[in-house]
Amino acid sequence: MAQTAVADSDTGPSLTELARRHGLTKAGRLPSLPEYTRHLWSYRHFIAAFANAKVSASLGSTKLGVVWQLLTPLINAGVYYVIFGVLINTKQNVDNFIAYLCAGVFVFGFTQTVVQAGSQSITANMALIRALHFPRASLPIAVTLVEVRNMIASMIVLIAIVLLTGEPINAQWLLLIPALLLQSFFNAGLALFVSRLISKVTDIRQLIPYILRIWMYGSAVLYPVTFFSQRLHGWELALVESNPMLIFIELVRHALMENVELAQPAPLLWLQAVVWTVLVTVGGYVYFWRGEKGYGRG
Amino acid sequence: MADSEREPTVIADNAHVVYRIYGSAAAGSQTPLASFKRIITGKKSAAVREVHAVKGVSFVAYKGEAIGLIGTNGSGKSTLLRAIAGLLPVERGGGIFAAGQPSLLGVNAALMNDLSGERNVELGCLAMGMTPAEVKQQTADIIEFSGINERGDFSSLPMKTYSSGMSARLRFSIAAAKKHDVLLIDEALATGDAKFRKRSEQRVRDLRQEAGTVFLVSHSEQSIRDTCERTIWLESGVIRADGATDDVMKEYETYVNK
Ligand SMILES: Nc1ncnc2c1ncn2[C@@H]1O[C@H](COP(=O)(O)OP(=O)(O)OP(=O)(O)O)[C@@H](O)[C@H]1O
Ligand SMILES: [Mg+2]
Repeated sequence: MAQTAVADSDTGPSLTELARRHGLTKAGRLPSLPEYTRHLWSYRHFIAAFANAKVSASLGSTKLGVVWQLLTPLINAGVYYVIFGVLINTKQNVDNFIAYLCAGVFVFGFTQTVVQAGSQSITANMALIRALHFPRASLPIAVTLVEVRNMIASMIVLIAIVLLTGEPINAQWLLLIPALLLQSFFNAGLALFVSRLISKVTDIRQLIPYILRIWMYGSAVLYPVTFFSQRLHGWELALVESNPMLIFIELVRHALMENVELAQPAPLLWLQAVVWTVLVTVGGYVYFWRGEKGYGRG
Repeated sequence: MADSEREPTVIADNAHVVYRIYGSAAAGSQTPLASFKRIITGKKSAAVREVHAVKGVSFVAYKGEAIGLIGTNGSGKSTLLRAIAGLLPVERGGGIFAAGQPSLLGVNAALMNDLSGERNVELGCLAMGMTPAEVKQQTADIIEFSGINERGDFSSLPMKTYSSGMSARLRFSIAAAKKHDVLLIDEALATGDAKFRKRSEQRVRDLRQEAGTVFLVSHSEQSIRDTCERTIWLESGVIRADGATDDVMKEYETYVNK
């Protein structure tokens, strides 16, 4: 047999030694967290281009194109209004139930779509992952960016609804920006978390619709938040009211509407929102980074 | 040994690669309840199957070498290249080491089929780590080299409208636009026509001259003989021969024609 290079497993250690002597890096070595973050940052243009590509690929096959970004939240709000505002009357004593409901539906919808899309972001792009070398966190982050775009469209619809239902514009509206910014980071963390979780334990994908539905019922999306304080007490109430989605929804309602009853005082809500965001964003990112080298395995 | 003066660029030391396939499960084990039970009990999906595709491969590749990789279908060539590129993890106990970041150019290197060739060039270049300025500067050259516009303005049409040779050309052109320390080519030239094959083989030689190492997987004896002076023969995930192209080719041919 012709041999120019060593092909013997006996010489194993010396090959590794040779690699070290020449400063070769191990394929599939996990970079340190700061190194990974720098690498990810240098791929920001790729992330943006990928997000844009996803939008144009999904809208490209429709005739109305971008109009769907506004149409989808409108239809959504309409359906929920007919069911929960008219058929099953859950409005209780909320003054402006349409705006209240839409705020809940849109804010929850933002996180919901990020989780759904994020859960696919690794598994659906396996060919790309196996073909090209880029920081994998680009994929869930790009998915979040796509949904941020859709969220902005639905916020435009929401603001129109809020104005049409007679809420006045005031300085408090500016609070919408930090609230949604926090939620965007929270969502990115969540997308990173679920994408790794599902690439490892594929079965969980089957549960995601149920988890999201339970989460929605626990976030006072379809009925006033006072619904909980009327029925639950003590630690049960505290548990429900520390739900980050409930907090984000409350913050948006608080920012846009005049007379809304909050579950907790606003400063407390902000504090919790910040804590949740930091926790989920950092936790999700670290969790995803630790799996970086295994995503191609599929 | 000659490694005192030659500089190694890729070293594989007893590398094993195992694919794990989930979800070839029987009906009934995919319900939410069954999934939930599995998660609670911490058991992996009942139907995890393993394919041991590369079994303890060791070799050293040096700067300026072009190495052909041959073997029958399913022998693990593509898998080995993916592992060199760091796209597939190598099992514990062994390792693959490389200078810089090896780039893989494969038949399956899926770009986005719904997008135009131009957008794919942009996306592919960014994914290789180019800056937007470099991308802008190179886009025209890449499309020119690929020659997809020879029959009209195809670069602005979605890639799903391309013939397989056209998309292979575009993929190769994108990958060849960048200088690589280690370039891994997996049958990417196979579907190109004779004219493009000649042009791309010239490009491979240029890339090698720029002091890189090139791995070429091909079922075409001619393109291996034309570009590579060293060849590795992989069979069922094990190296059967490693040496001068002529010798290895001869051994391989007697094996195949048996
Ligand atoms: N994604 C995958 N999941 C599971 N097994 C895989 C996967 N890809 C390849 N394999 C298995 O790994 C082995 C080696 O496959 P590989 O694609 O590396 O072969 P190859 O030498 O490139 O073959 P070809 O000449 O047909 O391209 C085969 O047994 C194949 O079934
Ligand atoms: Mg192959």
